[in-house]
Amino acid sequence: MTNLAVTFATADGLVRAVRGVSFSVDSGRTLGIVGESGSGKTVLTQSLLGLAPGGEITGRALFDGQDLLVMSPDQLRAVRGAQIAVIFQDPLTSLHPLYRVGWQIVEMIRAHDKSVTKAQAREHAVELLGRVGIPRPAQRVNDYPHQFSGGMRQRAMIAMALSLNPRLIIADEPTTALDATVQAQILELLLRLQRETGTALIMITHDLGVVADIADDVMVMYAGRAAEKGSKHDIFYEPHHPYTKGLLESIPNSSAAADRLKPITGQPPSLIRLPRGCAFHPRCVYVMDRCLTDEPTLAAVGAAGQHASACWLPASAAGLAGAAEELRNRTVSEGRHQAAARVAEEIAHRPEGEGSVVA
Amino acid sequence: MNAAGGGRHRRSSNPQLDLGASGITRAAPGREPAAAVPDGADDDVLVRVENLVKYFPVRGGGLIRRTVGHVQAVDDVSLTIGQGRTLGLVGETGCGKSTLARCIAGLIPITSGTVSFEGHDITNLPRRQMQPFRREIQMIFQDPYGSLNPRRRVGAIIGDAFAIHKMATGETRKRAVQDLMERVGLNPEHYNRFPAEFSGGQRQRIGVARALALRPKLIICDEPVSALDVSIQAQVLNLLSDLQDEFGLSYLFIAHDLEVVRHVSDSVIVMYLGKIAEAGPKNAVYDAPRHPYTAALLSAAPAADPESAVARRRIILTGDVPSPIDPPSGCRFHPRCPKAEPLCAEQEPPLEVKLGDPYSHMTACHFPVQAGEDLAAARGQDTRGAR
Repeated sequence: MTNLAVTFATADGLVRAVRGVSFSVDSGRTLGIVGESGSGKTVLTQSLLGLAPGGEITGRALFDGQDLLVMSPDQLRAVRGAQIAVIFQDPLTSLHPLYRVGWQIVEMIRAHDKSVTKAQAREHAVELLGRVGIPRPAQRVNDYPHQFSGGMRQRAMIAMALSLNPRLIIADEPTTALDATVQAQILELLLRLQRETGTALIMITHDLGVVADIADDVMVMYAGRAAEKGSKHDIFYEPHHPYTKGLLESIPNSSAAADRLKPITGQPPSLIRLPRGCAFHPRCVYVMDRCLTDEPTLAAVGAAGQHASACWLPASAAGLAGAAEELRNRTVSEGRHQAAARVAEEIAHRPEGEGSVVA
Repeated sequence: MNAAGGGRHRRSSNPQLDLGASGITRAAPGREPAAAVPDGADDDVLVRVENLVKYFPVRGGGLIRRTVGHVQAVDDVSLTIGQGRTLGLVGETGCGKSTLARCIAGLIPITSGTVSFEGHDITNLPRRQMQPFRREIQMIFQDPYGSLNPRRRVGAIIGDAFAIHKMATGETRKRAVQDLMERVGLNPEHYNRFPAEFSGGQRQRIGVARALALRPKLIICDEPVSALDVSIQAQVLNLLSDLQDEFGLSYLFIAHDLEVVRHVSDSVIVMYLGKIAEAGPKNAVYDAPRHPYTAALLSAAPAADPESAVARRRIILTGDVPSPIDPPSGCRFHPRCPKAEPLCAEQEPPLEVKLGDPYSHMTACHFPVQAGEDLAAARGQDTRGAR
């Protein structure tokens, strides 16, 4: 997927939800996409599948060599579900409450392949429910969604996603609505199924812990752009972008004896009125003159080639804490830093409608 | 605590019994008054809850709407909250933590047991008599969108507390509200704005300002940061800790995020299906959990550190939390417990100090986890997913 951009026209102005994001996933690998609310992570994948109505989408999204974005709705429908399956956050609202769970899986299978008889599809549904760990699947297949607990509904959603052996599964916050012990069950299940089937998995989440657990590669999104990309190790141990560092540092951590957390100051920007230059600069502690005017693009960090960060700081800034602190003293004059803090304050307190700056 | 030694040496005979911290008084089996706090420490105790029980009736569908059962939301819970301390309450959905909070705040009547505040019994007080205590006990709610009236201005929302308690009026009230807004990091000039004009983190600050208005002694925080993004969550947690230092507040802090609770709390209570599974000073509970449920909960929470995630062996529990209408016999955790024995289904384990633990670390389990024990290798692990 290359240089994807999604823009929504709203009454308040253009919402630039995704601004030029590129990534790729290979089969058998897991890509974790992390970001806070409004960073564009969900829109990114929905627009791939034609699920973001009203959005103006540009760029290319190649799936097995075919561009998803130029497909006709019929062609896309054939891909969606059969080859790319989606698991949504809320398993209660993504299952139809008035139809039996088994029927919904049968319908899904038969919608893509009419040659399968109802009886065969049903047998397959029972087998799938068993595979995702639902007890007594032959009976439970006749239950309605409300008879399932939250964790079981999510298992049913996963069974449905698996029903056509997709090449890619997009899981959009699949465990956010679940309790910790159930979340652990579901993550374990996803990992096991991925090992068995070799599908590619895109895991969208706001929880760095989930990413640390199951992803191979990670993309951190901020204000509709990729702030940083790299292997899991790069992102967690050699983070380069100040936003990634800020996220990692703001998590309460038992090993840090510190009494106070280190939050990122300010608020995420409005996607209608983005700050000029780097979108993160009003909240950034390392801000430099250049950040206020030029928007950085992803550039390689380190020799390995895969790790890239959209930040003007030199590649040597990668890594947590200490070294970066020193760097900040070198690159930022005190006056500039205060000015940036003031800008951040102004933006945070700017009333709606007094928009400025779209780079 | 006494169960280990057999005899009941109550009161201050033991100099080590220092419960100035948020401590946990033991819920003795058989509903006798929980005795655990020495006299000397009573001055420091702000809230004492003894044997609190809250059942919600479940009514049948017929004409008469007979009571056909009870949701045993909170069953025999005792605890104390010390002045200026934070007691953390963790557990999964439906374990009764929010119900317990509402009972303590006096928002819902309790079925049995007592709640006392600074030595005054405030259990099920009539509205008029409860009023002075409502000033002292405030709540911050989870949903910063649902807990603020969208059609009222922020100044009015925060100022309500003064209006209800007939405190400041006119300009004085406005100034007090603006001071509060400034204190929690809001721009006081935004006095006349509506909640919709604020972001989630700012709204939660409004909620904090409202709770703070009457200078309460106890603030009950019910999942105050779970609706917020991590970077904003840290801002609000820091604010809460600053306010605690400044005003000597006590917190009852409810959350499902274990790391957040560990960060803010002095003591921690782990609840499962309406009962206390384990309770004690936070480091004791987190570093050496004795209840298999606590151990499973801790191992299930994903840490933002890939290498520890690889190194750590997950304890994967089977199944879901059972219904509190018809909880399992004996220990309520036994159907999901990797260590369950026949005894667990028959007899309910008392909440008591286990051998080798500090006296305020209590566990309700017949077969507590031993140091170095690998629970992931026990039964729970073999059956994961496949059933």
